[in-house]
Amino acid sequence: MICRNIIRSKILARIQVRCYSDVGSSKKTPLYNLHEKYGGKLVDFAGFLLPVQYSDMTVSASHLFTRNSGSIFDVSHMLQTSVSGKDCIPWFESICPVDLQGMSDGSSSLTVFLNQKGGIIDDLIVTRVSEKQLYIVSNAGRLDVDKSHMIETSEMYRKKNKDISIDFFDVTQRGLIAVQGPKAVQNIQRLTDTPLENLYFMTSRLGSVAGVDCRITRCGYTGEDGVEISIPAEKTERVTEALLLSDDIKLAGLGARDSLRLEAGLCLYGNDIDEGVTPVEANLTWLIAKRRRGEANFPGAEIILRQIKEGVTKRRVGVRMETGAPARKGALLKSLNGEVIGNVTSGCPSPSLGGNVAMGYILEQFKKVSTEINVNIRNKDSPCKVAKMPFVPSKYYVKK
Amino acid sequence: MVISNVVKGLCRVSQQGIVSTCRRVHNGNAKMAKVSLRFVCFFCTLFFLHFRSFYTKKHEWVKIDAGIGTIGISKFAQESLGEVVFAQLPDVGKNISSGDECGALESVKAAGEVYSPVSGIVTEKNSAVESSPALINKSCYEDGWLFRLKLSKPEEVEQLMDQTSYDTYLKDLH
Repeated sequence: MICRNIIRSKILARIQVRCYSDVGSSKKTPLYNLHEKYGGKLVDFAGFLLPVQYSDMTVSASHLFTRNSGSIFDVSHMLQTSVSGKDCIPWFESICPVDLQGMSDGSSSLTVFLNQKGGIIDDLIVTRVSEKQLYIVSNAGRLDVDKSHMIETSEMYRKKNKDISIDFFDVTQRGLIAVQGPKAVQNIQRLTDTPLENLYFMTSRLGSVAGVDCRITRCGYTGEDGVEISIPAEKTERVTEALLLSDDIKLAGLGARDSLRLEAGLCLYGNDIDEGVTPVEANLTWLIAKRRRGEANFPGAEIILRQIKEGVTKRRVGVRMETGAPARKGALLKSLNGEVIGNVTSGCPSPSLGGNVAMGYILEQFKKVSTEINVNIRNKDSPCKVAKMPFVPSKYYVKK
Repeated sequence: MVISNVVKGLCRVSQQGIVSTCRRVHNGNAKMAKVSLRFVCFFCTLFFLHFRSFYTKKHEWVKIDAGIGTIGISKFAQESLGEVVFAQLPDVGKNISSGDECGALESVKAAGEVYSPVSGIVTEKNSAVESSPALINKSCYEDGWLFRLKLSKPEEVEQLMDQTSYDTYLKDLH
């Protein structure tokens, strides 16, 4: 039996060899010792040693614990960037379709770096700290690409005497943890004076957690309520341990993170989105802010605005299978009369719903929810349906 | 492992005994002795196979009893997969060649194909595993077996690793 780990799509046996013999080249996060202490099954993920799961729970148990109580995920591998200068907003809007001008200080947004064809270079969360400061969290797998993209585009701005300076936080400088689940915030509240009841979904503020100065952002990658906390590297362990004192909170790894985000209908860069697809095809048209559509001055604007107006040929959809083998990345989607109409970009068994969930790209005429189609797994067609995403209702803490 | 070595040792000693016994029985007729020796060895082999598991490089195991091979996945494979949530096993009556992909196991985080270590016709599949796949994690060498085959080429087993070689193979993987 050859075991393909879906999270890295590589043969596990080889990864383990790498993991043990090649530790030197994989970076350790500030929580490396803590992962070892709690029995984390460590693997190389995007160049960082991170736990797939911990010895106390299976991936599905950890997934369900997150949905019912709360979990801490080490996401220190993600690239944290601070941008400052009075021209930081115009610069950032020149590479993303986000409306930072229209956002208030302390609010955050999901957005994308776009190439000139409207393809997605990376997806990221940007926080407007102030008119002169931004805080960005982007993918570890795109770390080098993102860095050079930000450096190159900002240099062009600086040549025009614009004021922008960029600080990339190295993993040795800052840690980042995601605390997710219905009991996450109440447990953080015990450790901070910062009132969290008015820290709504996609807002961010500085605050002290367990006596450590942190940035707390109400966001996440699980569909649950929760926050991400940016912490000075040397104190990341202290804050994490303080949270773990509660029985409501346990550590969770990359395994649960992947199945949780899939149920929440959230994209994984490299699987569900990449430079070859536009936000319109990726069913992320809402990322093109209204003001920006009018101005039409973001990269790939011509293509993207035309797609919004005239439509596209393929679209990202959810795919649901009540039974059978899960469809994984690469599985072909077929119409009932056997023609290939798309492909799966990620999929897994759904611990919350039973059966399987997947997402993928499908020809426009088949995108309607409940359309009956087939998915080809190991040369066998199995029935499935186009489904609404998120598969599991999101529980974000939104201002009513 | 220790037991299998002891059994192997005993086997060697008794084989030598059997050879001389055969010679004596056949009054020094070398040809007859050879034939009956082969006969005895065949049963010896069956006897010892019964006690031993053989492994593939892809981490399947097979145990043989009276020409029927029981197939499963090793502890290493089970741990690599994590909690199995879906098992697809070959149907009874299917003719399988060694190395054929004949089933699939899926966990939340990983997918694995099962390859048959030996050739033969499927005589049984473990329906308990189909209904509760986590049995594979709980008992990969006993209750979590996957399917049984009537061996069509029993000699294929010689190409597989025995417990000792498999243990060495695993050590080298790390």
